[in-house]
Amino acid sequence: MSFLTSLRRNYEQGRISGVLLLGLGILLAIVLFSAIGPMFVDAVNAQVGAVRPRKPPGAEYFLGTDSQGRDMWTLLIYATPNTLKMGLIAGFIGVGVGTALGLIAGHFGGIVDAVIRVISDALLTVPAIAILVIIAGNIDRMNTVIMALVVASLGWMFTTRTVRAQVLTIREKSYVEVARVNGESQWEILFTEIMPNLMPYIVASFVGTVSGSILAVIGLEALGLGALDEMTLGNTIYWSQQSSAVLRGYWWWWGPPIVVIALIFIGLFLTSVGFDRFANPKLARR
Amino acid sequence: MSRELVRYLLTRFGQLLLIVFVAVSINFIIPRLLPGDPVQTALARLQATGGAQNVDIQAVSAAYRAKYGLDAPVIEQYFNYWLDLFRLDLGVSFANFPEKVSTMIGNALPWSVSLLAVATLIAFATGSLLGARLAWPTAGRGIKAFVPLMMILTSIPFYLLAIILIYFFAVVLKWFPPAGGVDTTRIMRFDWATTEDVLKHAFLPCLAIVLGNIGFWALGMRSQMVSVLGEDYITFAEAKGLHPRRIFVWYGMRNALLAQITALALSLGSVVSGAVLVEVIFNYPGLGSLLYVAIRGQDYFVIQGVVLMLIVSLAVLLFLVDLIYPLLDPRIRR
Repeated sequence: MSFLTSLRRNYEQGRISGVLLLGLGILLAIVLFSAIGPMFVDAVNAQVGAVRPRKPPGAEYFLGTDSQGRDMWTLLIYATPNTLKMGLIAGFIGVGVGTALGLIAGHFGGIVDAVIRVISDALLTVPAIAILVIIAGNIDRMNTVIMALVVASLGWMFTTRTVRAQVLTIREKSYVEVARVNGESQWEILFTEIMPNLMPYIVASFVGTVSGSILAVIGLEALGLGALDEMTLGNTIYWSQQSSAVLRGYWWWWGPPIVVIALIFIGLFLTSVGFDRFANPKLARR
Repeated sequence: MSRELVRYLLTRFGQLLLIVFVAVSINFIIPRLLPGDPVQTALARLQATGGAQNVDIQAVSAAYRAKYGLDAPVIEQYFNYWLDLFRLDLGVSFANFPEKVSTMIGNALPWSVSLLAVATLIAFATGSLLGARLAWPTAGRGIKAFVPLMMILTSIPFYLLAIILIYFFAVVLKWFPPAGGVDTTRIMRFDWATTEDVLKHAFLPCLAIVLGNIGFWALGMRSQMVSVLGEDYITFAEAKGLHPRRIFVWYGMRNALLAQITALALSLGSVVSGAVLVEVIFNYPGLGSLLYVAIRGQDYFVIQGVVLMLIVSLAVLLFLVDLIYPLLDPRIRR
């Protein structure tokens, strides 16, 4: 009950904005779609040659079929959770590693800080796709989990940068000084004083990293470097490109995955904008 | 040139060298970290996928063994790798043996550079102008409607916008060609017909990149302008009775643009990543398509060469942005 009242108070104060609710709503709808969807369709229909190929959307096939004889609606229902899964795995790993490195760099400083900063700054400016292509291209058996790991390998720098900058600010605060005088150890200060104040930044970085990871995954898949035997949104785009679906006018093949991808990105974007206002009440008043 | 400026330029140049060094090393290390002999693996895959039926595998293999000295110690290989790079020797293509990778990149580079430069400049200029206008207090309801549109455009990856653009403007309306850099039958000459052809082919890819980026610049500029307009010097300029347009351009935009240029440097990497895919979607004859064809054909050294080229040219671009910075911000020049 107290949670609900605090939620309502936050809403009335304008901290929980319409943007945040809209963003979370879109994401929730997509998650529900991929969670409940499989109960209503037969997975067999998403296999190659299961249905009659190249049928436009109609009564028989809700979203039509592709030229390899797969039902697009079923395919979409099974592809969406796979794409989300890769984004979430890469997001968790990227933010986890990024936070750890940022904490280490910011808290301990010195040569460790210099090394971490130089590497993360250099990697931030490099076009990610270039390095990812080299890594992904050298992996023989690709699957969605490995794909997530590959993308996560370049998904930590932004978090590291943010966390490091915040640690540098926070550790100069007077309450950290008080804790130090009280005789708390380095680690105690790090985990009880600094970490809790980093949470808003970590959550914000998480949303950004998931979004960036999904973008990278779909990009690699569109280049044909994905796990081609698994159903994902990026692979669907790849196959539609391979069959010149755009030029041949099969809009139902590439249209729906693009819409779902766009909704995922718009949902994540709105959530991050809305979360900014939630974490910085000053912005909400503007 | 003051001492600070020299130091600034030297640090930036040092960063350029560092990025190039890291990129080359990654390019060297990753294939060697993975199990197996890179040349053997690549050739085996090439044969498995039927990509090299008309190629003398033994000749290719021997050429690579000799060139890379794969039996030599790793340090020596690394040293040789750098020597080759200084000679601009990036190896030869498997699929188009014995064409040089450097020639292939040289042919593709002008397409990519001109497309990306033009598109980025248009997106940056119009986006920043629009963003500044959005933040100005007198912005009307009509122009405010751009905000949600910009948000949607920034969210969608621009190679997906490219697919939608092809469908509407090339397939349905047939206003523009759907793919390629020029008509396949065209002989390249410096005349109006060729130029028109090239521009016609470049329009949609350019539009895709512009649309995909404009929102980022507009929203960034908008938030920068909002904070700049809150500064004391704006109030002071108003109190002095300066013309609003003068305050808008010289007091507002000029200062907000500094942060935009920093953002430009930081976002170039993702712009290039996206543009690579736009080229693939349009089959545009630039580095992106070269990379794609190389990936499809497991053309190992072409992939490496293009990747290296992307990283190095981006590092150089970043350095150029850093060079422009002191011109815009007198505080660095001092």
